[in-house]
Amino acid sequence: MSAVTGTADGAPVGEPPLAPAGGGAKGTERDGRGAGRGARPLRWLPLAPATVLLLLFLAGPIGYCVWIAFTNTQLTGSSTSDFVGLDNFRRAFSDDNFRNAVWLTLVFTFVSSIVGQNTIGLALAGLMRAASRPVRTVTGAVVIAAWVLPEIVAAFLLYAFFRREGTLNAVLDWLHLPSQNWLFTLPILAVSFANVWRGTAFSMLIYSAALSEIPKEITEAAEVDGANGVRRLWHITLPMIRRSIGTNLMLNTLSTLSVFGLIWAMTRGGPGTRSQTLPVFMYDQAFLKSLIGYGTAVALLLLIVGALFSVVYVRLLKVEV
Amino acid sequence: MRGGTKAVARAGMKRATRVRLASDAALAVVTAAFLLPLLWLLLSSVDAEADLRVRLPSSPTTENFQAVLTDEITFTPMLNSLLLCGSATLLTVTCAALAAYPLSRYRSRFSRPYLLTILFTTCLPITAIMVPVYGLFVQVNLVDTMYGTALFLATSQLPFSIWLMKNFMDGVPTVLEEAAWTDGASMIQTLTRIVLPLMGPGMTVVMIYTFIQLWGNFFVPFMLLLSPDQLPASVSIFTFFGNHGSVIYGQLAAFSILYSTPVLLLYILISRRLGGGFALGGAVKG
Repeated sequence: MSAVTGTADGAPVGEPPLAPAGGGAKGTERDGRGAGRGARPLRWLPLAPATVLLLLFLAGPIGYCVWIAFTNTQLTGSSTSDFVGLDNFRRAFSDDNFRNAVWLTLVFTFVSSIVGQNTIGLALAGLMRAASRPVRTVTGAVVIAAWVLPEIVAAFLLYAFFRREGTLNAVLDWLHLPSQNWLFTLPILAVSFANVWRGTAFSMLIYSAALSEIPKEITEAAEVDGANGVRRLWHITLPMIRRSIGTNLMLNTLSTLSVFGLIWAMTRGGPGTRSQTLPVFMYDQAFLKSLIGYGTAVALLLLIVGALFSVVYVRLLKVEV
Repeated sequence: MRGGTKAVARAGMKRATRVRLASDAALAVVTAAFLLPLLWLLLSSVDAEADLRVRLPSSPTTENFQAVLTDEITFTPMLNSLLLCGSATLLTVTCAALAAYPLSRYRSRFSRPYLLTILFTTCLPITAIMVPVYGLFVQVNLVDTMYGTALFLATSQLPFSIWLMKNFMDGVPTVLEEAAWTDGASMIQTLTRIVLPLMGPGMTVVMIYTFIQLWGNFFVPFMLLLSPDQLPASVSIFTFFGNHGSVIYGQLAAFSILYSTPVLLLYILISRRLGGGFALGGAVKG
């Protein structure tokens, strides 16, 4: 069983065939061409431009972020910046608005990424395997179009959809269901659904690939043994695609944690602070309230959470490089 | 006996049809939900009196498109987007191709940690470092410059591009290169004359994917660019329509379509190469 599992979702990717050892081993044999030993470091020279850019514009800001987070820097002048130790973090943990932002970020991530994108993506991928071809094509096109549209356009579309005068309420009226002002009464749910609308295609594509890797014989064998749909899903399909589920959840969560434009354009974190997730809170403190030091401390916390997820993700992949 | 098998087969057929119909119906409902916001976009763009609801325009018109096709609303921001994203894409793809070559062909004790760091970086939330990036840019006077923003945009896409490019390059056989090496070609010659042409489709995918990502990026130019005449379409659509008291929804929809069309077309161009695996961030070359 474990061997089968390995092939079934060990390679949910299947993009270009990788020749991990081959290329490298041949490469080392290949430099007896006149250049000799002196040229060995030179052949790593092409790495330089990328490395310089990454150090300057990615590692640099991260280092700067760590430094600023421990100071009381304000936007109004750099002369006032002093080292304040852990004050920013202490302040954050006793700040009601910060705790509110953490809570809303958890709700946003749980509803939109873990429940929404992941489950709907899996359901769509499964249903598409059973559906007829035209339906499958149309569904794929519509869901993927929502994904490819620029973030800010998606935000405007869903703003129009959830407004009091918007399409959702029109549909609810037509069904004789109670309508309400979604962006005011349940702003965090509205932006979560917006994120589901925008991000489900990604999970759908991943699960489609993973499901197509499951050998037909296995599902057929289970069918012959009399396992019904739910049992087949629970005991066969889900275990076989568990690695894809893991990576998908991880990547969804990471991208959901850093959603800013969608929320900013739809609600600006409001009304009040009722849809203010951590990125919006960070922006609000650093720029609108000019507390760069405090905002950066929040950013650093976000970065650490992201980094932890990334480490888990890299380990989960067990990449061969 | 034979009749029995036929009956079983027919029952099986019926069940299969039932499953298919149920799946079709479920998908139709979900698709309708996903479609409504898109329908609003299409219908409002040709409706002079568009509001926030999906409805058929009483008399379809191109008024909205004509109204937004001005220098201020459409041409300048789109040109800015093109300059910003185009230059950043070229920079990213060039650096990624250069970096991917030694990573794919040679082995040393640095290459594995280097690649793992790259993979780790692809997942970091770029949003979180925008505050310090802004701080740094203020200190070195790069704020509100197109080239500074382009450099940062290029770097933000670089880890993923390197990873993707390296995986594509691994798929190119080394035989031809070895011939070139024996003929005394230099590394750059081998890379530009042999390897890159061979991985043309892969390069195109990396290039287009990077461009799509950058074209839709809102937060980076929103933070780093200030002057209205430098703003790309992703930000100008927000400042122009988001800040105006009474929004003309038809024009907003028309401009959204103009702004989204390039990436939709580019996506269709590469969609065949984009399986689920690619979507996983190429990262999942597990």
